[in-house]
Parts: sequence; C-alpha cells; structure tokens
Amino acid sequence: MFLSYFTEQPMGAYPDDEGLKAGYTSVLFSNKFFDPVEGSRLYQERLAEYRLAEEVGFDGIMVNEHHNAPYCMQPRITVWSSILAAITERVKIVQLGNPLPTYDSPLQFAEEIAMIDMISQGRLVSGIVRGAGQESICLNANPAYNRERFDEAHNLLVKTMTDDGPFAWEGEHFQYRVVNPWARVLQKPHPRIWVPGVFSPETLVWAAEHRYPYISLNTPLHLTGQLWEIYDDAARRVGYEPGPENRGYLLRVHVQDTEQKALEGAREFMWMQGQFTGVGHPYWVNPPGYGSESRRLMYTKLANGLVPRSSAAPFEEQLRTHEIVAGTPDQCIAALRVVLETCRPSILMLWGNDGKVDHPDSLRCIELMGREVLPALREIGDELGLHDPFELDTPISLRYTPPEELAARA
Amino acid sequence: MTAPEATTAARHAEETVTSVAGVELRCLQRGEGPSVVVLHHSFGNPGWLPLHDHLAAACAVEAPDLPGFGGSSRPEWARDVRDLAMILGGWLRRRHDDRVALVGCGFGGWIAAELATMWPEGLSHLVLVGSAGLLPGDGRILDQVLISHSEYVQAAFRHRSAYEAVYGSELTDELLIQWDIHREMTARVAWKPYMYNRRLVPLLGEVQVPTLVVWGDDDQVVPLECAHRFVSLLPDAALRTVVDCGHAVDLERPIELARLVRAHIGAS
Repeated sequence: MFLSYFTEQPMGAYPDDEGLKAGYTSVLFSNKFFDPVEGSRLYQERLAEYRLAEEVGFDGIMVNEHHNAPYCMQPRITVWSSILAAITERVKIVQLGNPLPTYDSPLQFAEEIAMIDMISQGRLVSGIVRGAGQESICLNANPAYNRERFDEAHNLLVKTMTDDGPFAWEGEHFQYRVVNPWARVLQKPHPRIWVPGVFSPETLVWAAEHRYPYISLNTPLHLTGQLWEIYDDAARRVGYEPGPENRGYLLRVHVQDTEQKALEGAREFMWMQGQFTGVGHPYWVNPPGYGSESRRLMYTKLANGLVPRSSAAPFEEQLRTHEIVAGTPDQCIAALRVVLETCRPSILMLWGNDGKVDHPDSLRCIELMGREVLPALREIGDELGLHDPFELDTPISLRYTPPEELAARA
Repeated sequence: MTAPEATTAARHAEETVTSVAGVELRCLQRGEGPSVVVLHHSFGNPGWLPLHDHLAAACAVEAPDLPGFGGSSRPEWARDVRDLAMILGGWLRRRHDDRVALVGCGFGGWIAAELATMWPEGLSHLVLVGSAGLLPGDGRILDQVLISHSEYVQAAFRHRSAYEAVYGSELTDELLIQWDIHREMTARVAWKPYMYNRRLVPLLGEVQVPTLVVWGDDDQVVPLECAHRFVSLLPDAALRTVVDCGHAVDLERPIELARLVRAHIGAS
C-alpha cells in the first residue's frame, strides 16, 4: 500500500463567525479576515508536521491547491511541492492535483514540475485536475472551455516531458512558437500522473482511458463500488485489466491517544460549516459551461434555489459511515480495515488534521498514525492484495503499456 | 410604472432558418416597411415580443436568435463577440440588398456596435439600448457569473411586474435550461474581458450612422455613464433616457422604445 499524509492546510485562525454571517467561505469571502501573522505561524507549523510525517514512515505527502478561501492555504501547488522537495528526503511529493485548465501557461507549469522532480531526485507524482468550478472564477479561466483546456494542457505537458525540443505547439487554447524548456523531468519517461476527483463519470472514464490511477476524494464509501465499475469498464474497453493499483482513496482520519480527544479533534473536520471544501454559492461551484450537459437542469435548479443545497451529514453520521474515521490507533485501524475491504484502494491518503486542531495535537496525530496505524494498514493491505503502482511497477500510462499486454487482452 | 406593456403581442410571426458560416440562424419576422433588425440580450429572446409587434405596425421586423442562443446553433469556433458580429453581418448581407436599421439590446447592443464598426454602409440607422461593449469609468457592468440566472434577469427590470409579464412568476425547467445555455454561450465569447472591448473605442468614431442611444434611467446592469460614453464616441448619436425603467427597456417599456425607434428611422 502507498500511504500518504494530507492536510488541506486550513487557515484555522480566521474568524469563522464571519463566514457564518456571510453564508459562504469562498470566492467573495473577504481576505480582510486573513491575518498574515497567523498565516506565517501556520506555515511554520506545516513545515514541522510534514517533516514528522516523513520521519514516522509515510510514503508520500499529498498537496493540493485552492483559491480565495480559508479552507486551504495553498494557492499554488508547485510552491509547496518545491518546499517539500527541499526539506524532505524520501517521501513522494503527491500533487492532487494541478488545476491545469486554470493555468494560462502549461509550459511554465511543465518547467516548474521538471525542477521539482530534479530537486526532489525523482520523487514527484504529478496529479492533474480540471479544478473546482470556483477556481475558474478566482483565476478567471473560462469555465466553458475547462475540459478542452484540460485535455490540451495535458497533451502539451506530456509531450513537453517526453519529447526533445525545440518544437512548436499550435493548439486551440495554447500556442508556443518554441517549446524547449531547459528543465526536464528526472523520472523517465515522465513522473506518474494520478487523477483525483469526487465522482465525475467523465473524469473517471478519462483517467481509466489513460491508465492513470483515480484518487477518489472522500466519496461516500457506499458509492465507491459504482465509481470503480465506471473506471473498470473504461479500462477494459481500452485493453487492460484494472486493479487496486488503479485506485486511490482520500479520507479524513484523526488519531489521538484517547477516543475522547480524537473525537474532539475530528469534529474540526466539520469546521467549514460541515463542507469539506467550504461553502460557495452553487453558481460559483458550477460556473457557465463547466458542468456536464446531462446535469445542466439539476445544477441550474440548484443555482436558482429550486432544490435545496445539500448540507453535510451530521458528524456522528459521518463517523458511522466511515466518511470520517476517529479514535485511538486500534479504533482507527478497525475502521480503516472496513474502508480497505469495501473500497479496495492501493493508494490511501490520510487527511489528518483540519480546522483549528492545534500544532501539538497535529503532531501527535501524525506520530500515532506513523508508529501504529501505518504498519497495521500495510499488513491489511498485503492480506487484501492491495499492491500499489510502485510495488507492482505498473506502466505509468496506457501510452507506455507494453503492446503485448494490450494484445493479450484483445 | 406598474402595468406591464407585454400583453398585446401578436403571436403570428414567421420563422425562418438561414445558414451562415456553418451556423443555423433562426429568426422571427413580421411586418412591412423599412427593415428593422432587433438583437436580444445575453439572456436570450423569449419569443415574438410586444416591442417586435409595435415595430411591425410600420416596419419589417426581424428578431434573430444570436448564434448559440435560442433556436440558433452554436458556432463552436467562435471565441469573441466580434465573431458573432461577423456571423450576423453575413446573415444580414444574405437577406438584404438595402440598408437596415439595427437595434441592439444589452449584449446584443454590443454586437450591433461591433457590426456597425465593420459594416457601417450596411446600416441605415443604429439604436443601442442599454448596450454593453464599453468599460465604465466608475461603475461596473453587473457580472452574471457571480449571481444566479434569475437574479441576473430580474436585475434587468425596474419593476417586478414587468419581469413577470415576460417570464411569469414560476421558473420552469425549459426557461432555466435556456438561460443556462445562453449564459454558457455568453461566457464562450465574453468571459474575459467581461462585456467590453477596449478596441471598440477608437473604431466607434468611424461609424457614420445616425444612432439613437436609449437607456433606462435606473439601469442596474450597464451603468448610465456608458450611454454618455457611446454618445461622445459616435459621430452622430443622441441619447434618450426612459424614466422609471431598468436595463431591459425593450422588455419593460416596449411601446415607448418602439415609438423612439420608429421616430428615429422615420417610420412613425
């Protein structure tokens, strides 16, 4: 199993009563409530926590990117990736993911990840995403072309990583008279690409068709069966047999020495008014042209208040359904066994600390995860046959799948 | 103004479909006399409207659905409001040997202004109604991306009763889907910069077309200052404000607008 630590890097020091008053915590929620002195302190704490995560045995540290919101202090994923490249020595740096369509220069992004891969000595996993709808507003990238830009930026990125320059790129959305970056990825043919998502069928199929592992972001456990069915069908259509090595899962886990303390910390997962990416108006979450045609009516009704916004299930309910796992190490191991048996991922992202969980408690959570939970998960993973892409040395993509493997299935 | 003027519309317009640059353009038309073409807002054309009807009493009125809106197909390749203006220009040239009067409302006004800079010789008159296209100096053009569809359309009216006269009091599935398709098409060509074009400014001075600029005095979508700017940039333009009226003068005060248009083009 590939076990990774994650925190959304919450700006826990903002006045959350102001968020409640506004009724939203993104896009237009004023940054006058962002205190940079507190921000600086929180960044120092994250540095120490990431160092500890490596020390106690995590295989990876996952980073992500969001904008204009207190739930995430990472507005540029490559910045924290670069920092991790320098302050860690062993862990994989797992970007889940780079919101490609929101970048106006995929070429400059390719340069950045080449630098990160070299500085980290080949420890980069470069996940890619369409980006949440509201990121399109925050970075003013046209959501109507989000999927087109995603596809084109991906193709340009892979070509830049694998082909010698100089070459020209004349795409619909990106044009370069010269692609010839003097920064090239260390891992050959290129770092692994993973694709995170909540449950977009189009993205699942896209990931499967490229043979990129799909990392399910806290999708309710009972839906993961349907999710893998979509992925597996697409995988078989293009000619390979999918397995746990194609599956990742992110969930919220908080471990402490006592159940009571763990529950207290885990309640902070409900911090963003219960929503794990904060509260935004539906018309920000689904800006023009961003969503699937099949969901147009549903999203438009939602945007105009004709159907109620879904609110997060109560904390106790989320504990019961294992959307949140909390407790002592033994309690968490027992709950995570259920998760692994049900979802069967080989890549597990443990989202450890959120909201206002303080630094000492965050460190203790990471320490207990590393010393007690991770070894048990590795045993369970072996028992269930959950072997990750690194263990199996699986092809990094369909393009790099040996023809004989595809031919054998055909 | 509380009584809606939207109750007298005739329902018998002729529908045509014309293919231009691979785009199927649907148009409603009726009437005889000088040609008047009416371009709708970014939230689409709800049908044959009282404005069209009152104009059709003395004019040959055409109300096309803009490319990608309503019954017109989407030009997948269009990336700019000027692309839509060029399609409309092709459509006009295909249908008319003589000059036409062009009336543009809101987003449609922006397209009309762009078209006027490209093809002034094709236009007998221009009427810009709450027209987008210019960056306001002080205010902001209301950003539909940051609010819901219904909030945006309602903001175009001074009076709720006038809004309901056009759209009713219920949000039907069909209406919501249309609004969302129109919002998407607007984003495809006008996401950034939103609802203005700096390159339009120096070109307006070359538009030697008699122009009437009409604005609701309580326009909450495109600030009134833009009306003054159009008048100062266009060589032959006059401003008429409509009192107690919002952005969508065409929908809220159709009789008054029809009167102004007919007087402007000499079809009284």
